[in-house]
Amino acid sequence: MTDVRTKDAVTAADAPVTARRRRVHPVIVIAVGAVLVIALTYVLPPFRNYQLATVGAYLCVTAGLTVLTGLNGQLSLGHGALMATGAYTLALTQNKFLNLPLSFAVAVLGTTVVGAVIGLAAARLRGPYLAGLTLAVATVVPSVTSTFDETFNSDQGLSVALDPPPETVPMEQWQAWLCWGAALVVVLLLALLVRGRFGRDLRAVRDDETAAKLAGVDVARTQVLAFVVSAACAGVAGALFAVLAQSVSPGAFPLTLSLFLLMAIVIGGLGSLFGALWGAVLLVLLPTLSQSVGESTGSQRLEGNLALVVFGVVLVVVMLAAPGGLASIRMKTRFRRNR
Amino acid sequence: MKRIATAALAVTLLATAGCTGSGGGGTSGAAVPGVTDTEIVVGTHMPLTGPAAAGYSKIAPATKAYFDFVNANGGVHGRKISYKVKDDGYNPANTQTVVRELVLQDKVFAILNGLGTPTHTGVLDFLKTNRVPDLFVASGSRSWNQPDKYPGTFGFNPDYTVEGKILGTYVKENLSGKKACFLGQDDDFGRDSLAGIEKILGPVAAKESYVTSNPNVGPQMGALKAAGCEVVLLATVPGFTALSIGTAAKIAFKPQFVVSNVGADPTTVGKTLGAAAPLMEGLVAANYLPLNTDEANPWIQLFKKVNAEHNGNAEFDNNVVYGMSVGYLFVQALQAAGKDVTRDKIIETVQKNGFQGPGLVPLRFSAQDHSGYAGQQLTKVESGKAVYFGTPYTTDDNDGPVAAYQGQAATPPQNGVPAA
Amino acid sequence: MGQFVYLTFDGLSRGLVYAAFALALVLIWRAARIVNFAQGAMAVAAVYVAWSVTNATGSYWLGFVVALLAGLVLGVTVERVVMRFVDHSSPLNGVVVALGLVLILQGALGIVYGNEYQPVQTPFSRDAFEVGGVALLSRYDLFVFGAVGAVVVALTLLFTRTAVGLRMRAAAFAPDVSRLLGVSVGGMLTLGWALAAAVGSLAGMLVVPTELGVHPTAMDVVFVSAFTAAVVGGLDSPIGAVVGGLVVGLLLSYVSGYVDVTVAPMAVLALLVVVLLGRPGGLFSSSKARVA
Repeated sequence: MTDVRTKDAVTAADAPVTARRRRVHPVIVIAVGAVLVIALTYVLPPFRNYQLATVGAYLCVTAGLTVLTGLNGQLSLGHGALMATGAYTLALTQNKFLNLPLSFAVAVLGTTVVGAVIGLAAARLRGPYLAGLTLAVATVVPSVTSTFDETFNSDQGLSVALDPPPETVPMEQWQAWLCWGAALVVVLLLALLVRGRFGRDLRAVRDDETAAKLAGVDVARTQVLAFVVSAACAGVAGALFAVLAQSVSPGAFPLTLSLFLLMAIVIGGLGSLFGALWGAVLLVLLPTLSQSVGESTGSQRLEGNLALVVFGVVLVVVMLAAPGGLASIRMKTRFRRNR
Repeated sequence: MKRIATAALAVTLLATAGCTGSGGGGTSGAAVPGVTDTEIVVGTHMPLTGPAAAGYSKIAPATKAYFDFVNANGGVHGRKISYKVKDDGYNPANTQTVVRELVLQDKVFAILNGLGTPTHTGVLDFLKTNRVPDLFVASGSRSWNQPDKYPGTFGFNPDYTVEGKILGTYVKENLSGKKACFLGQDDDFGRDSLAGIEKILGPVAAKESYVTSNPNVGPQMGALKAAGCEVVLLATVPGFTALSIGTAAKIAFKPQFVVSNVGADPTTVGKTLGAAAPLMEGLVAANYLPLNTDEANPWIQLFKKVNAEHNGNAEFDNNVVYGMSVGYLFVQALQAAGKDVTRDKIIETVQKNGFQGPGLVPLRFSAQDHSGYAGQQLTKVESGKAVYFGTPYTTDDNDGPVAAYQGQAATPPQNGVPAA
Repeated sequence: MGQFVYLTFDGLSRGLVYAAFALALVLIWRAARIVNFAQGAMAVAAVYVAWSVTNATGSYWLGFVVALLAGLVLGVTVERVVMRFVDHSSPLNGVVVALGLVLILQGALGIVYGNEYQPVQTPFSRDAFEVGGVALLSRYDLFVFGAVGAVVVALTLLFTRTAVGLRMRAAAFAPDVSRLLGVSVGGMLTLGWALAAAVGSLAGMLVVPTELGVHPTAMDVVFVSAFTAAVVGGLDSPIGAVVGGLVVGLLLSYVSGYVDVTVAPMAVLALLVVVLLGRPGGLFSSSKARVA
């Protein structure tokens, strides 16, 4: 109980990744996922398709954050701000050139650069100090948009000019395809990336920096790279949200978003890309579900607040009962024994 | 394979959620979404939680209470109005989701009185694409008045520039020669308001801004004091009106405050000031609806009755008056649109205008103009209550003159429900 | 000049509140190696209790005392019921549980009290004394100075001059040895949480009346500033927390007053970057930054 030193942080979390590596090649998993998603978009009603699209967008950022926090052990409370970077970059580029692929590319590039800057600073910091720095980054979004309001239009934000989707495809279905297309590519790239040497380096640095250094791993470089990779993913997610919402504003990227992202990957299961999927699903479903519960009771005070309480209770219970997250529930016992 | 099984499970979960969820609305089979022979469903997005919920969270329940009152009196053309209120916490991302839920899943007939400039701006395109009437948006931004771009969107509040011009006129006529300064919210509210003020007064002597995320206006009030301001015009939300007045008193800075209607409700501001509430004495503001404390006004009597019968006797402040006025206007529009109401028809009806309601000035609705009330009347706080003085003014958001409005105030119908 | 003096006192007054709040964070960090993200929500809960008591009895001071007691009780409850059972194999777990508590507390407070700002009164006038036309301090500012000063002195005495304080330090830094020597490590941990929560409640009681009033999210912004202060000072250092709080308070005040209020959060970020790049463990990090 009192032994809280972080060195013992070899958790069951990386188990799923190792496990999967031996079982199924990621390309197959992604292909199956793509078929499932496309099939789903034809079955679901429009609003559910929109929610599906939102899950896809969230998956991009939770997958990236999983690599950073789960595999590399760096805590970021600022990924909401990185998403905002991607979203604003997309909005500004799109409104100028009206070319979605180009805007996406610029958005990801822009976020990667910002991520690299933060990552360079972050590589020197540990634990709560890193949390403090990224927290300050998360709170700086409205400040930046207000200070440079000629460009970002303050609290009100920008609207995003978009070409309508092809006539034959309903809007929401098109959104789901777009988001999941991006999400599956992101997840595939990440899965391939962490299978190899880079993945080993990430885990080595997380588990024991000194040992990793002795083994010839460039610790700082690995950490910066992890941050850059996860920032790029956050950029994709932010750009997707800008497209989904056809608008960007600081209110859509509050501090709570950053915190919710972190909670989602922890509940889902740290270090597992499937955990990231669970987290993304939770981010969309849990508020909706608990809101409808609140609504059915008819009390106005309950309506929004009950959702908060439910989310909070789920978080605490999951953390106390299954600290490896949802993805670990079945794997946990076995891996504990293995260690 | 286990991983794939997990994914399949997740996907099935989503699918089931989809199937159970979609059963709710749209079973009518009628051509018009949200309208059956016995019911008409409308929805809104409001901040019910979070820091922005203060005050505003009372609006939708008041509107709903008025609808319940109408329903208890037989409804509109035999239909009961069902009002779905969704919490967006004033977060534009949430607004996206809840409005889609209302439109795509609950199949509402229209979005009514969606609150907030940054929140509602984001759903304009979506509502346009789906041809959903977007009536009486609860904000004074000029964005709602773009009939060519957003033919289904209509405002409700007088826009902030109109208000700024009217407040500016008061300062020009009554406080001329005094050094006038400005403190405003750092968004369209503050900017449009300042634009209106400066159209009348010319450049103000000093201007400061605040952001809602930082509840400390000490530095700003210090700067206004240092600039020697004698009149301070505020484009602030209620909490920040109270903060500004309190902070000014703290540093022995006693200018004449002239406040936007948005942040001038004496009940709300007074509550925040607490023991310091007497500082509000003499505060000048403006409004366009009857005041909650005006017991003699027939509209207030009606709304109080509705509040007691259908709103659990919630504390009767100007947010309640606002919510019920919105409800009244929507019922008027439905009555006028007739029994065979469609989405196009309600938009046509609103554009036709001619509504006589609780407002002190007419609504501006026409085919070329989708902004809300045309002006305001000034109020002054006397012994803790706001009272109207002078006549109502009307003007536009451009260079039009600020003119006194001589029209007679309407009285509510006997049974409290507008006739067809 | 008047402007400068005014901004300085305004910044000091707020900085002291940040300092108290940062102290609460440092207390828990030293005892449990957890950054208590629920500190703000816990403080708000205590302020709500005080608000209820003051409204019922009409006595500010009764409410004040009850708030501190409520803080103690809440600290004990959170530690005994939740934090004790957190798996500490990853430092993240504690953070996430604390965030879960934030949601629970904010939601529950919203259900009980509604999402309205409820005005909270100050026990002393907030009108500033003027000297030669320059507004200096109000009676309330003096009360804030006194209250935070008393807490700092009391905590210093507790940790350096009493047996309990020694045991708390021992339990935090060498739990296994302490247990062998008969120190109730669990009990010291609970005590640490209780003390920290009470100090956090005090900070809440001091700052809430100067802002919009009490609201379930009223302390969110204060938490961010105070956390920044604690990180700038160094999470292991109580002195660092006080200095960090004052620095952040003054910086926010000067930047808002002389530059623009919208720039203030960027200035805080810049301060953090500069301090942390120079000293990754904060200004007053005594030992080398802990590895990993």
